[in-house]
Amino acid sequence: MSDQTTVLFDAPGPKARRRHLIIGVVAGLLFLLALFLIIRGLANPKNNQFTAAMWKPFLDASTWLDYLLPGLASTLLAAVIAIVLSIILGVLLGLGRLAQNRIVRGACGVIVEFFRAVPVLVGMLFSYYFALFVLHLPNRQAFFGVIVGLTLYNMAVIAELIRSGVHSLPGGQREAGLAIGLTESQSQWAILLPQAITAMLPSLVSQLVVILKDTALGAIIGYPDLLQSGYTMSNLYGNLIPTVIVVAAMYIIINYSLTRVARWLERRMARRGRSAGKPPQDTMIDNPAASANAAASTVGVGSL
Amino acid sequence: MGDLLSLIKEFHFLAAFWMTIKLTVVGAIGSLILGTIIAIFRVSPVPVLRAIGTGYVTLIRNTPLTLIAFVCSVALLGTLGLSLASPHATDDVVQNGFRWGVIAIAVYHATFVAEALRSGVNTVPQGQAEAARAIGLNFGQSLSSIILPQAFRGSIAPLGNTLIALTKNTTVLSTVGVAEMSYAMKNMIEARASLLYMIFLLVAAAFVILTLPVGAFFTSLSKRMAVRR
Repeated sequence: MSDQTTVLFDAPGPKARRRHLIIGVVAGLLFLLALFLIIRGLANPKNNQFTAAMWKPFLDASTWLDYLLPGLASTLLAAVIAIVLSIILGVLLGLGRLAQNRIVRGACGVIVEFFRAVPVLVGMLFSYYFALFVLHLPNRQAFFGVIVGLTLYNMAVIAELIRSGVHSLPGGQREAGLAIGLTESQSQWAILLPQAITAMLPSLVSQLVVILKDTALGAIIGYPDLLQSGYTMSNLYGNLIPTVIVVAAMYIIINYSLTRVARWLERRMARRGRSAGKPPQDTMIDNPAASANAAASTVGVGSL
Repeated sequence: MGDLLSLIKEFHFLAAFWMTIKLTVVGAIGSLILGTIIAIFRVSPVPVLRAIGTGYVTLIRNTPLTLIAFVCSVALLGTLGLSLASPHATDDVVQNGFRWGVIAIAVYHATFVAEALRSGVNTVPQGQAEAARAIGLNFGQSLSSIILPQAFRGSIAPLGNTLIALTKNTTVLSTVGVAEMSYAMKNMIEARASLLYMIFLLVAAAFVILTLPVGAFFTSLSKRMAVRR
């Protein structure tokens, strides 16, 4: 990123370099000043956030063993189950949208568009109360709500990914399959789908980040995820702000690592060329099905 | 049908629908302003500004919006007592909820706006800038008449996606106690469990009504404005 020449600027000359240095120093000082003001605000005598009592709980084993780690485990569990279910249903829906039969195609299209338009939280609330009033699940309704809410939305996103992945393959792939005597559906499953999924792999990993962030919505319906258990713990010690800082750091570290994995996968695939498809050309890693290339993009998959 | 109308009336669903629209519009304006500043930082030739922009995007984008909304309402407003309501307001709880909610929405989505604008800049080939310079345009001229027009066209589609996501993400603010649609939905189901499916379809339809035209508009706009290359 650092020494790349952009379309906007030439390589700076001596005058520009001096100007950049001045702007840089001023901006850096302003940034440090803002940081100082925030820290001073947090440390004001009325509610000092930097006392030992506020931070000491993070040195106790029980803090981690009873609250934060179980919370993290719940978050990861929900995310993993949701992504597995989403991939299974998403592949089926994605293939449904590519089917020969017009009725199947239309039905899958309606399902995908509908669940893409409905916010994850609305899906979660519905599944939560569905589990409560219709299925009568004893004290499992929050877990059910989180999983189903996440799955409904993400299966639609993954279906779109599969569809755009298959569309990104050269037409010759399908024709070659037909030429060696496979039926349409055989060539879909044996030739197109594996390549589409390979091409989509980085986007799938990025989608995992989206799902992980969305598990925090579970806190709203009482699922004991990382956010919820952090909040419960902070009520015990009265150290809300330090807890929020620690919890945010945990989310950021996990999600940032996943983003790096996605980038690494993308580069590795570009080198190895395992698939004839191309990963969606977009710089919005959170938004896999939307590419910056307007010709291939449809607006609507807002997986932020 | 009678059930549906009485639901809408009794739980002030139209007010909640209007609240969602208000949050979306104000939040979108806020995130557009903040996101543009971050985008300028990220493409600037000054390394310090670039680092600040990248740091902001990395931190905020990997934090759940739920956590950000929670920080705004519980930590900043609750623990630190930073009230944004006007001092003599009688409904200061509602005011604070809305204002902090909009701030949370704007801060979070500014990262996506910034990335959308940056990806727009990245769609402009290097040759365009070189050609602009070759015909004798200075920096300001080439920026205003060659590069930015193309960059904006390239960022229409991702900006549209961000707006749609923002519309749906306003639901998260029900945690902060803003009476928008998911908040109304919860109240409705608690009171009328027998109408569960109807309530879900009502809220879902409301969101489809909000997001579908926006999506169609941005798709057609980005196709019409696309730069042929």
